[in-house]
Amino acid sequence: MRQLWETPGGVHPPENKVQSLKLGIGHLTIPQKLILPLVQHIGDAAIPCVAIGDVVLKGQKIASASGDLSAPVHAPTSGVISAIEDRPVAHPSGMSALCIEVTSDGEEHWIDLHGHAEYKQLSPQEVSHLIADAGVTGLGGAGFPSAAKLDNSRTRSIDTLIINATECEPYITADDILIRERAAEIIQGIDVISHVLDMPRRVLIGIENNKPEAIDALREACKSMAIEVVAIPTKYPSGGEKQLIYILTGQEIPSGQLPSDIGMVCVNSGTAFAIKRAVIDGQPLISRITTVTGGACRINRNYEVLIGTPVSHLLEENKFIRKNCSRLIMGGPMMGFSLGSSDLSVVKTTTCILAPSHSEIPEEDPQQPCIRCGLCAEACPASLLPQQLYWYAQSEDYERLQAHNLFDCIECGACSYVCPSNIPLVQYYRSSKGNIINSRNTKISAAKARERFEFRQVRLDKAEQAREVKRKARRITTEKAKTSNSSAADIINAANLRAKARQASPDQQKAKLERTLMAAKMRLEEAQERLVEAIKSGSAEQQAQQHASVEDARQKVEQTKRRLEEVIQ
Amino acid sequence: MVAGLSHYNKRMQEFAIILVSSILINNYVLVQFLGLCPFMGVSKKLESAIGMSAATTFVLTLTAMASYIVNELILMPLGLIYLRTIAFILVIAAVVQFTKMFIEKTSPLLYRVLGVFLPLITTNCAVLGVALQNANKDLNFMQSSLYGFGAGVGFSLVLIFFSAMRERLAAADIPQPFQGAAIAMITAGLMSLAFMGFSGLV
Amino acid sequence: MIELLTENIMLAALVSLVGLGVLFGGLLGYAAEKFKVESDPIVEKLDELLPQTQCGQCGFPGCKPYAQSIADGDAINKCPPGGQSTINAIAKLLDVAAPSLDEEHGEEEIRTVAFIREDECIGCTKCIQACPVDAILGAAKLMHTVIARECTGCDLCVEPCPVDCIDMLPIEEDIEQWRWSIPKKQHRLIATSSSAVHETLT
Repeated sequence: MRQLWETPGGVHPPENKVQSLKLGIGHLTIPQKLILPLVQHIGDAAIPCVAIGDVVLKGQKIASASGDLSAPVHAPTSGVISAIEDRPVAHPSGMSALCIEVTSDGEEHWIDLHGHAEYKQLSPQEVSHLIADAGVTGLGGAGFPSAAKLDNSRTRSIDTLIINATECEPYITADDILIRERAAEIIQGIDVISHVLDMPRRVLIGIENNKPEAIDALREACKSMAIEVVAIPTKYPSGGEKQLIYILTGQEIPSGQLPSDIGMVCVNSGTAFAIKRAVIDGQPLISRITTVTGGACRINRNYEVLIGTPVSHLLEENKFIRKNCSRLIMGGPMMGFSLGSSDLSVVKTTTCILAPSHSEIPEEDPQQPCIRCGLCAEACPASLLPQQLYWYAQSEDYERLQAHNLFDCIECGACSYVCPSNIPLVQYYRSSKGNIINSRNTKISAAKARERFEFRQVRLDKAEQAREVKRKARRITTEKAKTSNSSAADIINAANLRAKARQASPDQQKAKLERTLMAAKMRLEEAQERLVEAIKSGSAEQQAQQHASVEDARQKVEQTKRRLEEVIQ
Repeated sequence: MVAGLSHYNKRMQEFAIILVSSILINNYVLVQFLGLCPFMGVSKKLESAIGMSAATTFVLTLTAMASYIVNELILMPLGLIYLRTIAFILVIAAVVQFTKMFIEKTSPLLYRVLGVFLPLITTNCAVLGVALQNANKDLNFMQSSLYGFGAGVGFSLVLIFFSAMRERLAAADIPQPFQGAAIAMITAGLMSLAFMGFSGLV
Repeated sequence: MIELLTENIMLAALVSLVGLGVLFGGLLGYAAEKFKVESDPIVEKLDELLPQTQCGQCGFPGCKPYAQSIADGDAINKCPPGGQSTINAIAKLLDVAAPSLDEEHGEEEIRTVAFIREDECIGCTKCIQACPVDAILGAAKLMHTVIARECTGCDLCVEPCPVDCIDMLPIEEDIEQWRWSIPKKQHRLIATSSSAVHETLT
């Protein structure tokens, strides 16, 4: 029996997972239109590489990565690109972002796929390049581009690879069903990841003990391999990266650092599956398993959903009854966010669409004053002081918030869940984090502005000094001219000599005049064009005006030609 | 029991009693109600409270020692007991000036933060109180210094506790009529009640 | 000598106090030399808090001169681009009360960025000379344009432009810069009022 550690705090909300596990993974009909946002994760937006009207095949790249922290986007089905514009996206702000819309033709023509079953012969960089090209991002919720994460981790020599199959949030069963049905492929994916990470010493799969079938499936699939499947006690939020690493290894990630800093990497089981498909089968990430559940849907099950499928399409297939639904949630009940409309589309990080009935998740009770009971501190898995954070967030005391490690909060929602006064604690922390980040950015740009201002002062001072030097020199020469016994004619001669010396060389003059001539010719052409337009428009006044300007321009050209001839001679 | 202890232990016990007495039982701020001005004025922020308490402890200890010396060597032999107050004030003013220069040099920010309260340590009745009480009780040099140091530690203790509480109060949801000095006074009163529990300990 | 003093009390008092005064004066004078303070770094700290728009709305030609003036005792509420948050930060640093923004110097507005309408630009370089952070690119008789990322929104370029082709446009918030807002509190709550927030579907 492997030793396990227990994280502090945590809560046990009702699991509500059986509803969506009665049926296996389902497949939906292809929606008519699929909307793909260009940024579906933490990082930078991808850049479209197709145009409106292009015909695309299933799996064809339609947007390329714009840097290290970006992932490409692929067409989820064959069809035509019908729009590239700002559309509302599934984001807590409800704002719009650039999206590509694909109108499907129903044919599902794949591009030619090139799998690399012999990935072990490729170098880790090459395999990671395949993963990046396939647009694989973390499918557990945060959605960090996987290749970038693995590359960054490899540079720090990884000791332990942990596969996160915990799925601790209530209602969500996507990973559970994926493991039950496709455990072998997941194990293959884990193998690929190990190769990319230069074969870490040990590989652990952390899974909660409320998934016995999945545990059996995994154990069966990795029988002959050095992968250990570890069943951990069910508690929310044991699926958080920091929490899972602590439970399995007893090691804590220091504040502000990443798991790779202590030689660990945590990858979601769904991501491992996507990596297998990308590297071994050559398929880019165009679909994911999403749980559709909640009392307002008559059918609750998991689906393999094409990325970009509108949520309304999902809900229709599940016999959604709008009036029974209290609100539409993307994600789970603890960390998900409400959707303003069902026309928004599924993205790479959509683990679940939750449509609860009014009794399942009732309307929020209004917030009441904090009674300082301390239940939030008992529930916090990161050993923070939520009550203190709340008071300081209220009074906007950003110094004290940072002193109380605000940025170590994983926003799991356990504190809000237990609060007897219904205070939405996590919203306070998120808003404070945003304000602190904003003020940091303002400070940085203010420092830059100060630098530029100071440099400008230096520049102006230098120019002033140079002028002073010239002035002094001139004064000295005029003094000399005055004191020496030279007649007026001598002074004029000296001035003429100086003027000639300052004149540009004949070559330079010629070049300058040629440029002037070209510009004059261009202006003449423009004037002539305007004259033609004026004639077309029929206005006598305009015609007269344009005649005059054409004449002017012609004269200028003649003048410049003459001067050029003079210089050549 | 006292008779059975060695001389060293007796001295140690005596010092311990002096310290406990001046820090807790007869705390200068909450029991004797001296030095309330900086107690209220510099307790809004914890950092300034720590700085102030360090400065005041420094002043108190030096003053206790210097005033003892002035009393024993100049005032008592010349029979100028009635000049005690003035002489002690002179001593205190000099010590505070010295402290001010020292702080200005070592921590300009603290100097700025303490502002006018630093020279106002001169008028802190706790400092003059310690000096006069020591003189009245006819203590020796060691005992005087310990009283001074203990007074400083007691002042620091209470000031730091109070400023920590005031910081929490600043963030809390206080009803309008109580905001500001009112709730601070109430808190100080409750702290004082708590410290009264020490009376009769020694 | 001592007998003279003990007999003549007036003389004793005079001599002892004057003597003490001279002694302490000497000690303090020596200490003043030893603990001499060079400059006041508070100006640097104040300058760091100011928004660096160098707009001059405070009445000073830049942010550093205003910081110097604050260090000399000027009011801290003269900076409109900094807004109330800057006033609060300066108040915290100096440990004084935070007043509200002095309306005489302007109102706190949302941040804007300058934009030159290129069709109308005549290439006179007047705006380039006016910009305090060199955020305008261009040269004589060539097109001028504003580098939006470096523009601080001080709008010193709008006045000098002879054809009035510079607009101050507000910065639009996009999805990258969006941040969560603080939850609204509902006051005067009674237990039965539970039909408050209700999210509707479109």
